Amino acid sequence: MILNSIILQTATRILIALLLLLSIWLMIRGHNLPGGGFIGGLVGACACALYTISYGVKKAREALRLEPRIMIGLGLTLAFLSGLISLFLGDPFLTGQWIKIYIFGTLVKIGSPMFFDIGVYFVVIGVTLAMIFALEELEFDYQPSSEADK
Amino acid sequence: MSLGWTVLSGFILAAIAPFIHKFTKNATGWLLSLLPLGIAFYLFTTYFAPVTSGETFVATIPWFADLGANLTFYLDGLSLMFALLISVFGFFIIIYAGGYLKGDPHLGRFYLYLIMFMASMLGVVLASNLIGLFIFWELTSISSFFLIGYKYKYLSARKAAQQALLITGLGGLALLAGFILIGLGTGTFELTEILQNPEALKTLPAFPAILIFLILGAFTKSAQWPFHVWLPNAMEAPTPVSAYLHSATMVKAGIYLLARFSPLMEGVAAWQITLTSIGAITALMAAILALKASDLKQILAYSTLIALGTLTLLIGSGTEAAFKAAMVFLLAHSLYKGALFMAAGAIDHEAGTRDIRELGGLIGKMPITFFAVLLAGISMAGLPPAFGFIGKELSYKALLYGENIFVLAALLTNMGLFAASIVVIAKPFFGKFKAAKDKVHEAPLSLFFGPVVLATSSIVFGFFPGFLDKLMTAAQKSLLGVQHAGKDVHLHLFPETFSDPAFILSMITFAVGAVIFLLWRPVFNGLNAIAPRLDIGPARWYLWALEDLERFAKWQTRRIQTGNLRNDIRYSFIFTFALVAYALYRSKLSFTVDFSGLMIYDFIVFFLMLGGAFAAVRANTRLSAITALGAVGFSVALVFIVYAAPDLAITQFMIETLVVIIIALVIVRLPSFHLHERANVGGRWRDAIIAGVAGLCITLTMLVVLQQPLNTNLSEYFAAESVPHGKGHNIVNVILVDFRGVDTMGEISVLAIAAMGVYALLKFGRKEPEDELDLADKSGDELGEKLGEK
Repeated sequence: MILNSIILQTATRILIALLLLLSIWLMIRGHNLPGGGFIGGLVGACACALYTISYGVKKAREALRLEPRIMIGLGLTLAFLSGLISLFLGDPFLTGQWIKIYIFGTLVKIGSPMFFDIGVYFVVIGVTLAMIFALEELEFDYQPSSEADK
Repeated sequence: MSLGWTVLSGFILAAIAPFIHKFTKNATGWLLSLLPLGIAFYLFTTYFAPVTSGETFVATIPWFADLGANLTFYLDGLSLMFALLISVFGFFIIIYAGGYLKGDPHLGRFYLYLIMFMASMLGVVLASNLIGLFIFWELTSISSFFLIGYKYKYLSARKAAQQALLITGLGGLALLAGFILIGLGTGTFELTEILQNPEALKTLPAFPAILIFLILGAFTKSAQWPFHVWLPNAMEAPTPVSAYLHSATMVKAGIYLLARFSPLMEGVAAWQITLTSIGAITALMAAILALKASDLKQILAYSTLIALGTLTLLIGSGTEAAFKAAMVFLLAHSLYKGALFMAAGAIDHEAGTRDIRELGGLIGKMPITFFAVLLAGISMAGLPPAFGFIGKELSYKALLYGENIFVLAALLTNMGLFAASIVVIAKPFFGKFKAAKDKVHEAPLSLFFGPVVLATSSIVFGFFPGFLDKLMTAAQKSLLGVQHAGKDVHLHLFPETFSDPAFILSMITFAVGAVIFLLWRPVFNGLNAIAPRLDIGPARWYLWALEDLERFAKWQTRRIQTGNLRNDIRYSFIFTFALVAYALYRSKLSFTVDFSGLMIYDFIVFFLMLGGAFAAVRANTRLSAITALGAVGFSVALVFIVYAAPDLAITQFMIETLVVIIIALVIVRLPSFHLHERANVGGRWRDAIIAGVAGLCITLTMLVVLQQPLNTNLSEYFAAESVPHGKGHNIVNVILVDFRGVDTMGEISVLAIAAMGVYALLKFGRKEPEDELDLADKSGDELGEKLGEK
């Protein structure tokens, strides 16, 4: 399903950048303010879905570069690995571990839950896009022949 | 700890066996057999002396310690005897399998199953924790399933594997129930502790149930009537499997269980009556069936049933003499039966058939195999000077203390067993040369190594039974329990006087058995002639149960899961809300409705939602229905905003958007609404009622729930701990990624699986079903070709 509308395509080009930025911003700030990996992932998925509708699935795949299924795997792995960190430090699986570092004189707290959240982010985008792409690529047209459909 | 590794090392070797096989090819069997040999050696050198002088050992590997489930291992006389049997046989069988299945493309996998079985079986006999025992028990059932179904291209192999799994699996479930009841009742899952205090178990209110469950578990595994049907069918497995699992070890797991619990069951009449009577029935029935079979492996399978029945009978008798007889007979049986099965496999391998009617005169062609069969056969027949003779004498002696009926049953059984033994020795090897192949020659070393050693030891132990006195004494003590001292066992080949009643019974057995052997052909024909008319036994029951279950499953799937989405939703709703309505009815339904404090925007959201729902119902096209539903969803998001839940609101907005997109993608491929659907007034009324009830139930549930005092413990905890522990101010997010991170991990895994499911359905789901469905009706060869093509 491509809507082939120039208005939509033009708007998408600007919107997608904003939406993706928004999704990343939502994910990063999520620990302290409304947002998080799940919400950020959904916004990101919406952005990609918008692109898919405007330009078609082939272009969307090219722009994404990463197969959604691989994205799911990466996300799951990242989330899992972030949980392993605490195991090596003697805490139960998935216990949050934090360190403080200074970047350009600003205090930044980095913790394993952040990586966990990034994992969630990728899984959500991957899952949604895997479904949307698969639906878009469906080579099947309805034929009202069988009895059950009548 | 090292006791634990005797079990666990097998699992590790099993996992890497297929890879080893890739490099070592034909030498794999000899190489892999080193592990069981090492285990046997280790057990013998380290534990034999202390255990036979009365010591016991316990080793613990912590597992789910909080749940009382640890990998605890316990070694006493009984487990030592079994563990030695399992490892020594494992050694011979793995070598034998290497020769028997030489060149088989899946041999690596076969080794995996076989060694996995060996490790599980060691686990069963060494486990002290009941949960651990159950898990190993199930693992033996599962590896048995794989091994029986090893020639999976044949329908008969698949059916036999399924049958064995269903029956032993059913018993396994019963066993688990029994173990849980024991654990809950006595407060411990450790066998070592339970064995210390038999009265604690016997006085439990659940004791009758425990008794039934334990017996069910043991009887299914050890193929007692009426659960025996799976064992003869299990002969579909390659011969090494029949020799190892289905005669020497796995089927004895049930016997082990009975023996293990026997000190706890002293004086329990129900236990004794069930074991003795079912044991006798099994043995007697098997003795008759053994004469009806002409396939060497079938004859041996039925004679295994005879042994299992006799063992159950002896353990049920509950006397010291009976326990002694049981342990001696068990060892004797394993030795000769293992040898005979392997020899039968060697005959099949070299002569091309196992049917004794088509075999004859092999003595000149396969002298070494004959030697093994002769020695083992003598032991099976219970003739002196074999070890089997001692076992039989002891059983007669033990049974003579008890009910006469069981002596009679044992006498008749042994006559049949004697005849069957002579048939096995004589028919393939004497008479005119007959075989399915023209050129028959002696089996290779790997095929006669095991049979010769085991058969020879059957005779050696007959002459020098004193070697085994210590082991038998220790094993017998395990059956008697801690309360009884028990006399030391001293085995002799011959009784002190030849007027001994047991010896006289033996003579009668030989005489009548010999007559049956001479009349074998007419007996065989006669039994086979009446067999079809008597086909009303447990084998039939199994088929009926299986077929009816399938029929029922098909019927209810056809009725409920029609494949029509709207039907599925309808049924889900009806069942769900019937349950909710029942729960509401039970909760006495007290609530108050309070409209005060509502603001104007509450009403706006309310009417938006109502309008959306109404529009969805009245919509003429799917697209408009979806859009209208979207409006409802967005209104819900507004509710979240009104009540200050921004995270939920954003999520709801996003989800609604994506749902509309995804459904829109689906809708373009669906037909438009059909006119008759709108015209089907009755159907719409029915749906309206279902939807109305559902909505009403939800509303009432919410109202009832709101009446309950709100428990704020959790929310207060999260609010207080979010910053110090989770280092975040957004409580919702901290809960998701930190406090309940494992939940989230599970949820994203579910998401990933769902995506895979959708992907697979859409990408691969449109293929026409070609051969998957009628796979079951194809014969093995046809199917083999089909699988080969792929």
